[in-house]
Amino acid sequence: MTSATSLSLSKEPLLQVVDLQLAFSTNQGVSPAVLGISFSLNKGSTLALVGESGSGKSVTALSMTRLLPSPPLLYQGGHVFFQGVDLLSLSEKKLRKYRWRRIAYVFQEASRSLNPLYSIRSQLAETLKLHRPDLPTSDREILPWLDMVGIARPQECLQSYPHQLSGGMQQRVMIAMALCAQPDLLIADEPTTALDVTIQAQILTLLQRLQKELGMTLLFITHNLAIVSSLAHHVAVMHQGRLVEYGATEKVLRNPEHPYTRALLACIPRLDRKLKRLPTIGNVGKQH
Amino acid sequence: MITFLLRRLLLSTLLLFIISLISFFIMTLTPGSPYPWGEMNPKVSPELKAVFRKKFHLDRPLPLQYCSMLDDLFRGKLCSISDDLPVLRKIFDRLPATLSLNITAMLLFLSFGTLLGVYSARHLGDWKDMLASLLAFLFIALPSFWIAYLLILLLVDHLGIPILGTESYGIDFPNLLAAWLDKIWHLMFPALILALTPLAIESRYLRASMLEELKEAYILTARARGLSESTIFYHHALKNSLRPLITNIGMLLPALMGGTVIIESIFAYPGMGQLGYQAVLERDYPMLLTLNFIVATLVLLGNFIADLLYALIDPRVRLD
Amino acid sequence: MTTLLRRAWKFFSRYPMMAFSLSTISSLIVIAALTTLLSHYGIDWPRNPNETHLNERLLSPNWNHWLGTDHLGRDVFSRMLHGTTISITVGLTAMAVSLVIGVTVGTIAGYYGGKIDQLLMRSVDALLCFPTFFLMLTTVALLGPSLRNIIVVLGFLGWTATSRLLRAEILTLREKPYFHAARVLGERRWKLIFLHLLPNTAGLILVTAILGVPEAILAEAGLSFLGFGVQPPQATWGNIIADGKTYFLDAWWLIFFPGLAILITSLSFYLLGNSFLVILEKNLAANNYRR
Ligand SMILES: Nc1ncnc2c1ncn2[C@@H]1O[C@H](COP(=O)(O)OP(=O)(O)O)[C@@H](O)[C@H]1O
Ligand SMILES: [Mg+2]
Repeated sequence: MTSATSLSLSKEPLLQVVDLQLAFSTNQGVSPAVLGISFSLNKGSTLALVGESGSGKSVTALSMTRLLPSPPLLYQGGHVFFQGVDLLSLSEKKLRKYRWRRIAYVFQEASRSLNPLYSIRSQLAETLKLHRPDLPTSDREILPWLDMVGIARPQECLQSYPHQLSGGMQQRVMIAMALCAQPDLLIADEPTTALDVTIQAQILTLLQRLQKELGMTLLFITHNLAIVSSLAHHVAVMHQGRLVEYGATEKVLRNPEHPYTRALLACIPRLDRKLKRLPTIGNVGKQH
Repeated sequence: MITFLLRRLLLSTLLLFIISLISFFIMTLTPGSPYPWGEMNPKVSPELKAVFRKKFHLDRPLPLQYCSMLDDLFRGKLCSISDDLPVLRKIFDRLPATLSLNITAMLLFLSFGTLLGVYSARHLGDWKDMLASLLAFLFIALPSFWIAYLLILLLVDHLGIPILGTESYGIDFPNLLAAWLDKIWHLMFPALILALTPLAIESRYLRASMLEELKEAYILTARARGLSESTIFYHHALKNSLRPLITNIGMLLPALMGGTVIIESIFAYPGMGQLGYQAVLERDYPMLLTLNFIVATLVLLGNFIADLLYALIDPRVRLD
Repeated sequence: MTTLLRRAWKFFSRYPMMAFSLSTISSLIVIAALTTLLSHYGIDWPRNPNETHLNERLLSPNWNHWLGTDHLGRDVFSRMLHGTTISITVGLTAMAVSLVIGVTVGTIAGYYGGKIDQLLMRSVDALLCFPTFFLMLTTVALLGPSLRNIIVVLGFLGWTATSRLLRAEILTLREKPYFHAARVLGERRWKLIFLHLLPNTAGLILVTAILGVPEAILAEAGLSFLGFGVQPPQATWGNIIADGKTYFLDAWWLIFFPGLAILITSLSFYLLGNSFLVILEKNLAANNYRR
């Protein structure tokens, strides 16, 4: 690869979300979920999308490859450019080529993300066969991916069914399943929320390591601002369907501009300060 | 596996025990019973009554009556009131006909019910789903005897096609195959009518459980993984929705068996249903009791097979 | 008023099956009520259902006898009007009996759990092994067929599915945080059951109730067909068919019209129940997203 093209690659963002507007049609009418958000993500960097539960993070993430059935989800405006292609106006057939091969996901509940009736081997092979048809779907192709996500006895893991694995192991399998398609972008939607605290740390370290080793582009979604600083280059704070703060991690954490971000930061318990009780977030949304 | 079999055996025995108790109480506690001719009938001589009482242990207290009845049943000594033949022999004579009818009906309702349910779920929410649902409810609401008569009017009366009985009379079949085909032809219509209601119920069950499965997170993951909608539907969702279905099929078997009473009498099909109807008309208690017992055993057997199938499909189920 | 009508129109055009079934069922109820009322005052419209005319036997449908006459020259249309009352009565009362039993058993099993649950549910399992219709037939035959006995038997043998459904529902509700909260707050047992559990199963009970009606109607028709229904000369849909089955090759109308009435009636109830189920599920789905 010449230096010129690599330069232009790093300039051109891998993912660019422009004024995305999403709503749900419900019995009571149309209820807006995302009210025009924009951000971009360069190749090899990590963006953390932070916000409280219900702020629209998952809907944003899922809408990028149009994973939610529409209706009820309504695409009311905006674009999602992936390498310059607007995914929202692509045909279903063309879009499927982007799913997982280009944009892969790790979801919150790994236990429910795997089909309970099929073995880990069969689900990994299914993915591999679909996205890397050039490779044979033998164990030899699958095992390195399990190795890479730190599964101690990969051969044993291959034989097993999802319910036989622990939550942490299931999440590792999901990450391996995402990696094996060698996607350009990995979207991790609260990948640690359903896990025990110690396992959470392990999975976070794993993602961090993989991101560095593979130079992966990562969109990391969380409601926990505390874990962002070590992981992300940029932070976008989401609140009630809007981006209220967006910038380099350092800057956002050091001097947040929006009161909501300040409130979120104040909620993080710290060892170097004495607090009687943790502050709560009031109704910051009223300001909109 | 062994513990599973033992547990099932124990549970089934318990159920059969409760079943026999229920039957016994229905027989003995209804007014006028258990005399086939009514307790006060003056035309029956006291001697005959005494013989009858002795034979069916009616001279003993209720709990003992029940025990002797069970004893007679298992030793094959229980005899029909109408012709004094052993009840079990009479039933086993009819068993092949009934089994072939019911198994055919079961295969029909399983296959067509699955087709209809899958069709409904595949087109969830649009007019095709609506049409399939309407068809299903039509099948449930159809009185079986009505559709049977309409069919006979059309086929036998208007077109002259024989469908009554187990085979066509007065025809010499050139070979065994033709004779067999004729038998299957005669089996088809009663089996189809018998299958209509369970077929429709199964399609509704399947549609409902597909609806649930399609909301599951692994479906979203499958879509994110770039699988085609048909792979998601057939390979991932359908197999998962068979699980609730299989357990519900166990509940459809008794309904199937109950339906044979009407259908067999209309189609002049010599199975256990006709035997049962005859027994009801003649107040043949030993026969009624044994019939209930045998059908319950068949149903339990069906449930057992369903559980085995379920364990084959779902790795989370362990047979122990 | 007009806004109400417009809203009703909008609602029913969204649920056409509900519109169809509701109008059929309400017409049936009106027919049943009118027939009963008229015959109570000695008015037979269009004819007396039990009046025999041996010179008018087995007439096919014509201007005088819209749906023909049977083997005794009785007017089939009049008999069917009177049969409506019986079918609706049997359907509603048998359903009510089985609903009360099913809900009680299901609630007790689900609420108390443990040994009581085991005992009740094993008995239900045992009952579910019986060929239901055959058991009904046997019991009605032994008790002696009459309107009351049929209702009792259909009611007492038809509750098993309801009890299972309700037990499952109560078991899920018992695990909900609101129920734990109510219990921790020291609510009394009857309040827990009648204020916190049962009201939340109202939708399920409604649907079960509606679906129970056609089941009873179809079972009664089947019993009548085999000669163990409400006894002749009382006119019921099943009886007209049972009387007519000997002549059905010559007189198709004796089978066709009563069967059609049974079909349309039970179909309407099934569609109504299903419409309620659809609405119920939609509301449930909406509630799940309203945080
Ligand atoms: N299928 C749906 N129907 C209606 N509303 C929905 C649906 N899915 C999500 N929403 C709404 O969209 C908003 C955003 O949800 P989500 O993206 O899941 O939040 P989070 O930030 O916790 O991931 C919420 O207010 C939620 O109620
Ligand atoms: Mg979320």
